[in-house]
Amino acid sequence: MYDGGKIIVGLIIGLGLFLSPFFYNAGKAAKAPAPELTPKAKEAKVCVEPASYMRESHFTLLDEWRHTVVRDGERYYKGSEGKRYYKSLQRTCLECHSNYSKFCLECHNYLDVDPYCWDCHIQPEEKK
Amino acid sequence: MGLDRREFLKIAGMAALFGLGGKAAIDIFAPGELEASMEGIPVSKGKRWAMVIDIRKCLAQQAKDKDGCKQCIIACHRAHNVPDWGDPKIEIKWIWQDSFEHSFPDQHNPYIEEELRHQPVILMCNHCVNPPCVRVCPTQATFKREEDGIVCMDMHRCIGCRFCMAACPYGSRSFNWGNPRKAPKELNPDYPTNRDYPERCKGVVEKCDFCVERIARGELPACVEACDKIKAHALTFGDLADPNSNVRKLLKEHYTIRRKPELGTEPNLFYIV
Amino acid sequence: MLDRALKGSQGYWGWLVFLLVLMGIGAGCWLYQFFEGLKITGMSRDVSWGLYIGQLTYFVGVAASGVMVVLPCYLHNYKAFGRITILGEFLAVSAIIMCLLFVFVDLGNPVRIMNVILYPTPNSILFWDMIVLNVYMLLNIIIGWNVLAAERKGIHYQKWIKVLIYISIPWAFSIHTVTAFLYAGLPGRHFWLTSIMAARFLSSAFCAGPALLILLCLIVRKVTRFDPGKEQIRTLAGIVTYAMLINVFFFLLELFTAFYSQIPGHMHPIVFLFKGLDGVGNLAPWMWAATVFAVISLILLVVPSTRRNEGTLAVACAVLIAATWIDKGLGLIVAGFTPNPFETVTKYWPTTPEVLITIGVLATGFFVLTVLYKVATSIKTEVAA
Repeated sequence: MYDGGKIIVGLIIGLGLFLSPFFYNAGKAAKAPAPELTPKAKEAKVCVEPASYMRESHFTLLDEWRHTVVRDGERYYKGSEGKRYYKSLQRTCLECHSNYSKFCLECHNYLDVDPYCWDCHIQPEEKK
Repeated sequence: MGLDRREFLKIAGMAALFGLGGKAAIDIFAPGELEASMEGIPVSKGKRWAMVIDIRKCLAQQAKDKDGCKQCIIACHRAHNVPDWGDPKIEIKWIWQDSFEHSFPDQHNPYIEEELRHQPVILMCNHCVNPPCVRVCPTQATFKREEDGIVCMDMHRCIGCRFCMAACPYGSRSFNWGNPRKAPKELNPDYPTNRDYPERCKGVVEKCDFCVERIARGELPACVEACDKIKAHALTFGDLADPNSNVRKLLKEHYTIRRKPELGTEPNLFYIV
Repeated sequence: MLDRALKGSQGYWGWLVFLLVLMGIGAGCWLYQFFEGLKITGMSRDVSWGLYIGQLTYFVGVAASGVMVVLPCYLHNYKAFGRITILGEFLAVSAIIMCLLFVFVDLGNPVRIMNVILYPTPNSILFWDMIVLNVYMLLNIIIGWNVLAAERKGIHYQKWIKVLIYISIPWAFSIHTVTAFLYAGLPGRHFWLTSIMAARFLSSAFCAGPALLILLCLIVRKVTRFDPGKEQIRTLAGIVTYAMLINVFFFLLELFTAFYSQIPGHMHPIVFLFKGLDGVGNLAPWMWAATVFAVISLILLVVPSTRRNEGTLAVACAVLIAATWIDKGLGLIVAGFTPNPFETVTKYWPTTPEVLITIGVLATGFFVLTVLYKVATSIKTEVAA
């Protein structure tokens, strides 16, 4: 191998750089935030689907909603409990979950996701 | 409850003939039970939505107002959070006015009533039967709803290539050259004007969609409602597929023209001159 | 083989650094555009495509023209071109890279570009353009690279490469035909709605591309130890001459149809280009310059003594490239949108960031071209030695 030493040093530096974020963040796990429910959401007790499903898959549900509403004109959703909901982020979801910063943002920040829903959809005005 | 979609539409259509809305039809047919089968069914019941625009009535209303009537435009743009950029090069227009001469450039006639030639005509998307914008879109972000013929925009999908703008022969499509939230504040003091409706991000194309969200609730498009509210009744919205509909009645009684019919796009907007 | 690109003269590295600086400036401007939106360009709701899409069109032509060396070599067994097919193929590769980048920088929502593949739409010409351009690029990379590698080892390239070469020939025609179809099928855009559009595109491509290749050959001869050859350049000059004659002829056909029929819709865009319409005539000086350039290039090309003299041939090629660039890279797009559907005229002129982004993309293409040509010429010199 030509320049074997140089190549190995290069590989080690490359690997080090690649792993640096792990070293940097090691042992510094942030505390998982707990989404805060508004009084209205608490009162309702159930969401469109059970809370565990919503926590894990709300984005799948929202993606399906936006798709079926916009493209197929299907504006109602039947929850597994049998109740009917108007498929709308702004008019249905945010009706209860009107506390964007405590309900959505904290978790999204924790998981470092940046959904572009809010580029167009309007967050409810929050009381400071 | 074994009603399929087609059957439901049939019943809803029959109910409509008797002057009942889709919801009423459900209650008559099988109260409660049908509620569940609404799922997955578009609520709007027209098969080919169309609009008849009576230029004479519109002009009469224009003459009444000192600055001309713009109620339909204001209502639409408020309902859909359409910002005012204050720059004709990048403005967003769902519904707008232009002179008769510009709106119907194929009606070359230097002797056409001088009155009419420079008079404003209400313009919006023609919801063509054969829309070139839909044909060229590389992602099906703009598409024609098969059930009622509305040419829709999927703003979640649009990549902003603007092929549809090149294809539309009516200038009905607007591109978000900038982020609407960054439109000049002094021109948009209370933006967003409708907190129930979304805004758009920069880089997508938008246009009139015949207020799909309103007709789904059994309401008229915002422009029509605004025009009716001031009792001008210049805009009539209805189902072209229904021979007894309001629009068919108007088309039977009046001579109407369409914009650039020679292009074969089959506009669904008709103008009574 | 790529290691050849890592060893070069000071001039070579200086050129690459210069291109990198231009690419950096372009990237910076693109980020500005990405965050602010396309309102930083000169485009508007009436002229909704501009310099970017013009360059896409022009460089699809340059890419397609690679076939003008490949076809005589492989279909007519014109051996002399065997020496420079690699230059044609690598020119095609870098031209397509530019094309794809020009589409990319023109998008309002570049992060969603994969939607074109996620939601394939066969009725959209843009979908097909994406396919033919990418396949053409792949074909040329595979063919060029393998043929060059075989040449380095002193062996004949493999059989399956030959199959790809045969596919690449009609494919070259297809990329520019499909690009013409982007425009030629739109109702209500009179300037574009012409069935001769694809033919015009091909003729202008087959003069502009080989003209660029001639200039590149002359540069390669100057800066490397590889000589593309006198006969090769002479044959290319012949191709350029015929193609340019056909190109001008096709344009005159358009003029006849528009001005003899006197249909306003057909005349307006041409009047706009050469004289101005409704007081907007900012392209007229450019179009007249293009006309003068076209005439000069044709005189220099048609007269045998100036065509055979490499000095005057270089001038002819340079002005020909300028003429076809103004026609296709600037006039074609803007005139298609002028007048707008309301028969009014909106002025278009690119802004500084728009021009810098365009230059950045061009620099990227020439960066790739330089590296590929460096590899090719190094290997050709080694083999010859």
